Amino acid sequence: MSAPLLTLLKRDLRQLLLGGRRGGATLPVLFFVAVAMLYPFAVGPDAPLLARTGGGVLWVAALLAAILPLDRLIEPDLELGLFDQWALRGISEEAIVAVRVLAHWLSFGPPLMLAALPASALVGIDGAKLRVVELGLLVGTPGLAALGVTVAALTAGLRGGAALGGLLVIPLAIPLLVFGAGSLATGGESGLALTGAVSLVLLAIAPFAAGAAIRAGRR
Amino acid sequence: MQECTLAANDLACRRGDRLLFRGLSFALAPGGALQLTGSNGIGKSSLIRILAGLMPAFAGTVQREGATGLLDEKPALDPHQPLGKALGFWQQIDGPEDNQMARLGLANLLDVPVRYLSTGQKKRAALARLLGQRAPIWLLDEPLNGLDTKGVSLVEELAAEHCRGGGICVIASHQPFAIPGLTRLELREFAA
Repeated sequence: MSAPLLTLLKRDLRQLLLGGRRGGATLPVLFFVAVAMLYPFAVGPDAPLLARTGGGVLWVAALLAAILPLDRLIEPDLELGLFDQWALRGISEEAIVAVRVLAHWLSFGPPLMLAALPASALVGIDGAKLRVVELGLLVGTPGLAALGVTVAALTAGLRGGAALGGLLVIPLAIPLLVFGAGSLATGGESGLALTGAVSLVLLAIAPFAAGAAIRAGRR
Repeated sequence: MQECTLAANDLACRRGDRLLFRGLSFALAPGGALQLTGSNGIGKSSLIRILAGLMPAFAGTVQREGATGLLDEKPALDPHQPLGKALGFWQQIDGPEDNQMARLGLANLLDVPVRYLSTGQKKRAALARLLGQRAPIWLLDEPLNGLDTKGVSLVEELAAEHCRGGGICVIASHQPFAIPGLTRLELREFAA
């Protein structure tokens, strides 16, 4: 990775992972754990039911937690004129987006995987299932990150862009959810492999789709 | 400073259904300075963005050789960072710059977060970013907005120095701008 991109990655991580006043990675993690904590209250103390459905609930919580930082991904930098200045320096939008996907993933993927440990205890799923959930999150969250950045770039500058972005992510994330949470039922590698395949497709599309969206937004 | 040229051939700009200007041509050699004047909404900022290559022209072409620096109403500095760190981010990309902070009146502000700076101070900070970029072509969109009289003469001084050093300067401003060798181009309303 060249020096300017490394500088960009450092800045993105400072904004997204640490976040300063805007919370960084803490908000998605707290949201994720809160869902896992509330679910048993809503369903009742039925341990077999919780264990059977808990993994799926963790997946839904992870998906929704990934939506929370959406409005911070592209729009603030567009408004500050940073994308214009990067373009003048010959740094392509595709490269910026690729770096941002990496930073976005680092700021919610691994933290959610850590948070899944206490969350799995709250919904009472066992070690074997936890392993599948963790592996699923490992291969699924990069796709969620790519999708989040793409949708953030598409909706940047629109009125109510943040809300619209959240709504757009949900249908597009269904394949990840189906294969990711589906791998829990079969307990097999095939679901995980398909989740990884969907992630790779999203990762491959994201820089070009989001880069084109940012350029089109300048007109 | 590296060789630079900037030329516009028969440019036209359309925003929505309105044609803002058309048939606009000029050519600038190293050391050239051009002021774009004209009433509000005539397309000065659009022209600057077309010249920067950030916006496509409706018709016509732009020939641009050499790196381009843009100064517009967006300072491109992180509002939550102290000024020194926000400028440091650009230094990491553009390379370290000679210390012009005292000249720009920013030396005492380096640990103040950018969001606490006044309009004029933000403009000065953006100038520091522009100087650090060391681009031969300067595109300045309303560079005098929010600046006091000292700031105005400072910008004129910097632009004159830049042109003496072989750089190109395009200034979009309706305020009087005085540097030696400045040509003026008035954008006129296109009567459809």
